[in-house]
Amino acid sequence: MTLEQAKFEYLLRLGDSSLIIGHRLSEWCGHGPILEEDIALINIALDFVGNATSLLTYAAQVEGKGRTEDDLAYLRNERDYRNLLLTEQPNGDYAMTIARQFLYDVYTYFLYEELKNSKDETIAAIAVKSHKEITYHLRHTTEWMYRLGDGTEESHQRLQNGLNELWMFTSDLFDMDEVDAILIKAGIAPDLNKIKEAWEKRVKEVVAEATLQLPTSIAKQKGSREGKHTEHLGYLLAEMQYLPRTYPTAKW
Amino acid sequence: MEDSKKIEEFEAKIAAGQKIEPKDWMPEAYRKQLIRMMSQHAHSEIVGMLPEGNWITRAPSLRRKAILLAKVQDEAGHGLYLYSATETLGIDRTELLSQLHTGKAKYSSIFNYPTLTWADIGAIGWLVDGAAIMNQTALARGSYGPYSRAMVRICKEESFHNRQGYEIMMHLAQGTPEQKEMAQDALNRWWWPAIMMLGPSDDQSPNSEQLMRWKVKMESNDAIRQRFIDRTVPQAEFIGLTIPDKDLKFDAATGHYTHGPINWEEFFEVIKGNGPCNAKRLKARTDADKKGRWVREAAVAYAAKREKEKLIA
Amino acid sequence: MSDTQWPLWEVFVQANPGIPHKHVGNVHAADAEMAIQNARDVYTRRSEGISIWVVPAAAISASSPEDQGAFFEPSNDKPYRHPTFYKIPEGVKYL
Repeated sequence: MTLEQAKFEYLLRLGDSSLIIGHRLSEWCGHGPILEEDIALINIALDFVGNATSLLTYAAQVEGKGRTEDDLAYLRNERDYRNLLLTEQPNGDYAMTIARQFLYDVYTYFLYEELKNSKDETIAAIAVKSHKEITYHLRHTTEWMYRLGDGTEESHQRLQNGLNELWMFTSDLFDMDEVDAILIKAGIAPDLNKIKEAWEKRVKEVVAEATLQLPTSIAKQKGSREGKHTEHLGYLLAEMQYLPRTYPTAKW
Repeated sequence: MEDSKKIEEFEAKIAAGQKIEPKDWMPEAYRKQLIRMMSQHAHSEIVGMLPEGNWITRAPSLRRKAILLAKVQDEAGHGLYLYSATETLGIDRTELLSQLHTGKAKYSSIFNYPTLTWADIGAIGWLVDGAAIMNQTALARGSYGPYSRAMVRICKEESFHNRQGYEIMMHLAQGTPEQKEMAQDALNRWWWPAIMMLGPSDDQSPNSEQLMRWKVKMESNDAIRQRFIDRTVPQAEFIGLTIPDKDLKFDAATGHYTHGPINWEEFFEVIKGNGPCNAKRLKARTDADKKGRWVREAAVAYAAKREKEKLIA
Repeated sequence: MSDTQWPLWEVFVQANPGIPHKHVGNVHAADAEMAIQNARDVYTRRSEGISIWVVPAAAISASSPEDQGAFFEPSNDKPYRHPTFYKIPEGVKYL
């Protein structure tokens, strides 16, 4: 695998995750628990779509085959998608959404902090912009972890259920392969073991402060690196890609 | 009996172009009418998120997706400004929402029509926002301070909504034959509802005289409708779409278009709750409210715990 | 618990450094942190601000319209509070 190939693959991982979790959040639009929160969720979704656009645009450029960011988003199949399994999990109730978002925000917070120092200037520049957004996302979700965890008995139970259910997908966050090895060596991407340490520490702190229990089950689900997804992704893509696929020659 | 001297002062103030502020004295009829209008407006923004929200997950490009998200978010924001402004009249949002959920309060008839294709997103931005802006620019000159200020802000933010809708239609109209057909079909379905959303004809609209004097209403429905038609018809022609009104004619003598008869029966049926999507829209709102309840309660419980800690510390 | 409405917070936004915070509207929020975040999302979507204050609406005391005469008219006849009241000969500087 060449450095460019590794970079392309890595950009898809980052970009697809943003796109898919942004898609999930946008499903809340008009259905949030209170108007103010509707607005907050759309804001965050919008950040993700913007971030995904930057990353996929750059991915297309790195690939050099004349594809555009929209080609990458709309014309790749399930098995070619590289988003984290966590990001494609359905919204569930609001607690499930917050749990998913929290686990992901802590991850991207530490990941993008490292990417700011990437030797690839474009990645570094995207990371600088995104890290500001992520800092806000994390603040938002952390506050909600406290509110729901330490709110009412019902909210506590719902959030605990959400955490328990999603926990199995957290090992996927830190899965590394040849792509990572090449990019770590080139100073372009960080070692995910380092991110994992910071992630575990922060998650543990917040979970404790929110009066919740860290799930005891061992996270084992992996597969996003090779495009082995859960069943949910297919439906999501069918919805998202339907127009460009139905009208292949159309411009929008 | 309300003090006639107070009414006189109140009307003089309005005639002099001054704004009425929340704590100022106002006739009960003025307060009631404003609550009705402003909350109806707020509800329309919130319910209006649904037909467009439908298409966020299916927007055909990343650019379109971002624009649509930003637009629908603006609508949520506008709903919020309007609820806030309505609350200054001494009614809280919970009460306003319960009026919506029980069907006591209305919202714009237009959002009870379905968004069937992507072109409908273009048609909504172009026609529905276009018509709404006509109405809102007039209302920005209204007499109630908080409403007028909210309108100024909303008009400023909405200018892009109208344009993005037209841009979508333009791309479709200039696209493949299938896309053009999609655009024309959307125009065919949305034209008359957009014409109707500006409200019943003046001869069917009661209380107008007093509301105009109080600057609650600034212009008659028919006047706004005429301006909307005059501005929109050339825009349709420009992109090669046909307005679905065989009686539509430009009258060189008046400089205005004359249009065919409006199906008011349909309008009143939709208002009454018999439109294609009334039940669906209302259910989406009540479901969101019900499902959100435990979340709102949790946040309150958490805040109360922190307050208590502060007191002990 | 009845369906509690989150308390109302008044929002003030500073548009640029060095100028006062200006009242822009309000939001509902369960606590101050949430009020700040909600205000940010609602009132600064188009980079309208660099700083936000939120104040519980219940904590604001306001003068009432009936007080307008008693409160503000007395200052109308004190023109000597304004610099333009004073005549200074031409040529005198820095006054």
